[in-house]
Amino acid sequence: MLAACLTFTAAPVMAAPAPVTVKISNFTFAAPAITVAPGTTVTWINDDDIPHTVVADDKAFRSKVLDTGDRFAFTFTTAGRYGYFCSIHPHMTGVVVVKAP
Amino acid sequence: MAPNRRRFLECMGWAGTGLVWSVSGGVASSTLLAPATAAAKAATPFSFVQVSDSHIGFAKDPNPDARATFREAVARIRALPQRPAFILHTGDVSHFSKPQEFDDADQILKEAGLPVFHVPGEHDVLDEGGGKAFLDRYGKDGPVPAQGDGWYSFDHSGVHFVGLVNVHDLKGGGQGHLGEAQLAWLRDDLAGRRSSTPIVVFTHIPMWALYPDWGWGTDDAAQALGLLARFGSVTVLNGHIHQVIHKVEGHVAFHTARSTAFPQPPPGGAASPGPLKVPAGQLHDMLGVRTLSLVRSNQPLAVVDATLA
Repeated sequence: MLAACLTFTAAPVMAAPAPVTVKISNFTFAAPAITVAPGTTVTWINDDDIPHTVVADDKAFRSKVLDTGDRFAFTFTTAGRYGYFCSIHPHMTGVVVVKAP
Repeated sequence: MAPNRRRFLECMGWAGTGLVWSVSGGVASSTLLAPATAAAKAATPFSFVQVSDSHIGFAKDPNPDARATFREAVARIRALPQRPAFILHTGDVSHFSKPQEFDDADQILKEAGLPVFHVPGEHDVLDEGGGKAFLDRYGKDGPVPAQGDGWYSFDHSGVHFVGLVNVHDLKGGGQGHLGEAQLAWLRDDLAGRRSSTPIVVFTHIPMWALYPDWGWGTDDAAQALGLLARFGSVTVLNGHIHQVIHKVEGHVAFHTARSTAFPQPPPGGAASPGPLKVPAGQLHDMLGVRTLSLVRSNQPLAVVDATLA
């Protein structure tokens, strides 16, 4: 029993951070500035009636073209500030800030 | 003859079909000063057509069939009383840059039986190669070999046409963009040309700060316009905004065009520049093609916008 408890505490199981969803509609990233913990998966969903893309300023990630209903997911493992934009409509911008809670 | 620095627009409307705009331009004085040389290179009367934003592949409100309305537009071109010399397509040929969409657009345009000159819109550079598909299809196999990201120029009947690309390598928060390489090419292309040569520039995104909040502008267009400043008659033809807006600045006349697929709201007239959902009976009033005519070399181009109604 004691050995089992030691094994348990020596190898703690951490739950993955809750996934985050960002909706795209009306030529806008609905949550244009979000802060998430490392390991978070962010999913963008295109709710607009025009295609959009999600492209990182520093090329860290790049979605394919997203038609209405399409989605793109990226898991942020490293802390930092990730600005992104829609490469079709570059006036649409957003940022994901990744930092440990 | 005093230089005419103020330009003016005259318009006559006739019921139902369209407006005729006469935009003044041209440097008549240089024609008078060197009549023999000018006559040798004088522009001869001709007309051409601009179509834009066919968005083949678009199938949502307000237009379930962008191919059908594009075909109607081409039928209008075939029915023109004076056969145009060629067609300019100012981009967003396709909606998703899919090969089938480009194929279908080409098939429909073939029905006009005219040469077609293309420049890409932002919807045309969505392939994995970031625009390579468009360049391979229209740049290498187009009537004129394209340079760089797809820019080129050609002459027709004494008028110098310049196709520019302002949808490549766009940056977050930015607008349309021409880039240094293209501007350097433009400088060389225009060098040595007589200032009396009428110039027509065609590119997708508007070349002035029409509505920056919606990305309706080109951030380095001022540099291009600086290179064009010495020419007496400059016409800039754009698409992208799916509506007709005219602007005259000195001797430069800008004209944006209707789409053949769907209209968009006027600047700031809606929450976003998405498709303007209009009743089916109204759609054709808001789609259209444009005919441009050069009647005499020292006269401006006559611009006729017709809807598909």
